[in-house]
Amino acid sequence: MAAIDQSKIRNFCIVAHIDHGKSTLADRIIERTGLLTSREMQAQVLDNMDLERERGITIKAQAVRTVYKARDGEEYILNLIDTPGHVDFNYEVSRSLAACDGAILVVDAAQGIEAQTLANVYLALDHNLDVFPVINKIDLPSADPERVIEEIEDVIGLEAHDAPLISAKNGIGIDEVLEQIVKKIPAPKGSADNPLQALIFDSVYDAYKGVIVFCRIMEGTVRKGTVVRMMATGAREEVVEVGYFGAGQFIPCEELSAGMVGYLTASIKNLKDTQVGDTVTDDNRPCSEPLPGYKKVQSMVFCGMYPADGAKYPDLRDALEKLKLNDASLNYEPETSVALGFGFRCGFLGLLHLEIIQERLEREYNLDLVTTAPGVVYKIHKTNGEVLELTNPANMPDASVIEYMEEPIVSAEIMVTSEYIGSIMELCQERRGRYLGMEYIEETRALLKYELPLNEIIYDFFDALKSRSRGYASFDYDLKGYEQSRLVKLDILINREEVDALSFIVHADSAYERGRKMCEKLKDEIPRHLFEIPIQAAVGGKIIARETVKAMRKDVLAKCYGGDITRKKKLLEKQKEGKKRMRQIGNVEVPQKAFMSVLKLDDKK
Amino acid sequence: MIKNNPDGGRGNSLPPLELYLHIPFCIRKCNYCDFLSAPAELSVQVRYMKALGAELAGRSAEAADHEVRSVFLGGGTPSVVPAEEIRYLLDLIREHYHVSADAEISMEVNPGTVDKEKLAVYRSAGINRLSIGLQSAVEEELRVLGRIHTFSQFLETYEAAREAGFTNVNVDLMSALPGQTLASYQRTLETVLALRPLPEHLSAYSLIVEEGTPFARLQEQGCLALPDEDEDRLMYERTGELLARAGYHRYEISNYALPGYECRHNTGYWIRVEYLGFGIGAASLWQETRFSNAPSLEAYLKSPLDVRTPPEVLTTQAQMEETLFLGLRLSRGITNTDFQRRFHHSLPEIYAPVIAQNVRDALLDWDGEHLRLTLRGIDLSNYVLAQFLLSPAASSSGQ
Repeated sequence: MAAIDQSKIRNFCIVAHIDHGKSTLADRIIERTGLLTSREMQAQVLDNMDLERERGITIKAQAVRTVYKARDGEEYILNLIDTPGHVDFNYEVSRSLAACDGAILVVDAAQGIEAQTLANVYLALDHNLDVFPVINKIDLPSADPERVIEEIEDVIGLEAHDAPLISAKNGIGIDEVLEQIVKKIPAPKGSADNPLQALIFDSVYDAYKGVIVFCRIMEGTVRKGTVVRMMATGAREEVVEVGYFGAGQFIPCEELSAGMVGYLTASIKNLKDTQVGDTVTDDNRPCSEPLPGYKKVQSMVFCGMYPADGAKYPDLRDALEKLKLNDASLNYEPETSVALGFGFRCGFLGLLHLEIIQERLEREYNLDLVTTAPGVVYKIHKTNGEVLELTNPANMPDASVIEYMEEPIVSAEIMVTSEYIGSIMELCQERRGRYLGMEYIEETRALLKYELPLNEIIYDFFDALKSRSRGYASFDYDLKGYEQSRLVKLDILINREEVDALSFIVHADSAYERGRKMCEKLKDEIPRHLFEIPIQAAVGGKIIARETVKAMRKDVLAKCYGGDITRKKKLLEKQKEGKKRMRQIGNVEVPQKAFMSVLKLDDKK
Repeated sequence: MIKNNPDGGRGNSLPPLELYLHIPFCIRKCNYCDFLSAPAELSVQVRYMKALGAELAGRSAEAADHEVRSVFLGGGTPSVVPAEEIRYLLDLIREHYHVSADAEISMEVNPGTVDKEKLAVYRSAGINRLSIGLQSAVEEELRVLGRIHTFSQFLETYEAAREAGFTNVNVDLMSALPGQTLASYQRTLETVLALRPLPEHLSAYSLIVEEGTPFARLQEQGCLALPDEDEDRLMYERTGELLARAGYHRYEISNYALPGYECRHNTGYWIRVEYLGFGIGAASLWQETRFSNAPSLEAYLKSPLDVRTPPEVLTTQAQMEETLFLGLRLSRGITNTDFQRRFHHSLPEIYAPVIAQNVRDALLDWDGEHLRLTLRGIDLSNYVLAQFLLSPAASSSGQ
């Protein structure tokens, strides 16, 4: 294989607000560069998990290498690195960006700049990427490319007058995008002869090859037989295979050298050893220092996950183990709940990550789950000076030993059209937001800046935002740090028994409201029993809200006609089966879904 | 007058058998009805009766060593077909089956579909029990139900039946109807109890909204104003009070009779007397298997002997479950002696925890021999009966 000319390599990513057409453009680039025929193209080549396709977002960063013959007659290698498109995965995004030399900014010709457009483009500029804009969806009737071009120049300060006007969906203007990739994105730097220094931007687990490390070679060369070392985790293994990314497949090659994007395998068994952002070096000839920007990934959101059928506990454990193989950011440890039995306390990057894992457990592993209310990590400063990190409300110590508590705060940016500013500010107010300021992006749109407690946005903030702005608001956030806060543990009592799985931490001022809503919700979810059931919310042993499930009075079979006993028996069986899906709490049977229904309490539409 | 023995045939040499004949035609389908029935042309009705005859004749060999203790013509509205067709069927049954001399032969009729002449034919054909669908004596409620008749039409039918010589008459009533109040329901009860002679038997079910009916659709749209659970129970209690005062006793959850007039046919279902069902959708219990005819009219008309579903074989466990959840519908409940004789296990051996729990909850009465629902248990019968199902694994073979 001929040595690859570094000047003919372009490493880039595409950044955009959700739904502005990032994945579609990626598809077209791959299609147009000819590695795949149209027939081979699935709708979206890069997103290869079913779930991603359904949700229309990219969960894991992936990469693809294509060959493009430019108008100058030269062949260029284009490495397109796909980045996750959600705030939960900000750190992963930043590492993917660090693996690139440039970025394409896709902006919707009708919608213009949105919150994630800004967040992503600033992130790209922070990583010293050369960014050029592309105006997508120009064939929409509502498209206004002139306005959007001006917006890009005014707000972001990017030259946009020669931005390709394209329709990724209909394949319009793709050639111009490819030409600009070659012209506007710089070739990589670095020397193949320097000590190896490669950035891990993702890794996946393969049952045969072990961990497959996705990396960008910054300096040096790696080939089969190189003993590599992960500088942060210290893992050390001999390289078995190196290669690059075909569309949806791994294509082995001789070596990867400075400027190239590819993968390596080295009989690594555990994904924990190959953390995103870590630096791979040659153990025999290490580089002087690791690449900057490495962070150990931390779970931001926690919840309890329990099998609906207690006997499935080992299945849940196995499934989590398997998911963990391919998702180092998933954390879990066993826990026990009085109400729900044996399960796991799981940590996630954010609520979306939580939902994805939950769905995968249910779909791919066929598990019926009961999930407790998601919470964040609180810091409890005890009177004896100890600091406790609390992930499970059930473990909250008695108020008498707590000096004070802290909760995580995020800085949030919300882009909204002016007519909804009022209702969005109201929402942020309700969620204990601290108003920092507002900038008008253009006459009719503003960027609101708030600091919000993380625990106020992990439930249904995004849904509430969408419903109160008719879908026009967009949102982005960053963890800012911890702040002292007046927090209490809200307990729920069903028939006077405390249900540990329903406890959660809430700000003292919202406790009454939340308690009341929880009781109302539970009242609707718990079926009538032979006796009356009080449902109560309590803080520190003091009842603050109550509802009552009335006693059952009637449960009679319909007329049994013409001796059709089989049908009646099926009805009885169904009734009995329904009971099995209940959780016994004291002498009350609580349906599994009651535990989940209390998560969505925002009823304002 | 026929002396009624609700248990049928005990002590006779041949084992008892019941026949159910399904006649799926009606003038118009009621808004709550999810039974297998629909309006049809006369020619279809005649072809159907012929097919029914063929099925009855074709199956008679199976039942050669049984004695028929009851026949029930249900629907639909059996009285919509020409009366001669009914006579033809009954003649055919007597020709092919051993029908005991005191057999109960019931037929459902609806007001507005019968007259003196028809009733006289039924009587002479051997029908000795009539069941008249009234449902309500309040015109507005009848209209909401989608019934084709008025109360005065019912009255005509009732009087005509008596004149034709029927001395065993049931009247069907319904409670918990849309728009019904305790007062309006009580008016229906009082109106019925003012009939002379009194109906020998009353059925009083509370409305259950079944899937797929117009009522179910209305309910989904929130347009069905049903009485609430508490009012519904008051109606049920009022039924018991008023009927008891008039001399009826409740022998089953929703059925009331003057002494000696319990419906033998329905009681047979609860004590698991064998029965064969004829016509589309009709169910059978035969040699500890359950099966039924497919619901397709077309297939049945083509070959009435070839539409049976594969039999579900009732395991001993399934038989026990049925004995409990059917037998407990009767006020007299079930006895340990009967259970032990059948299954060679005592009731407590199989069901001690369930019995104990439900006795604690005041839903069952148990004295070591008799097991029966309490009044509260009747209200919550589903809840209680479901607990008598044993583990699902063995209970639904053949499904």
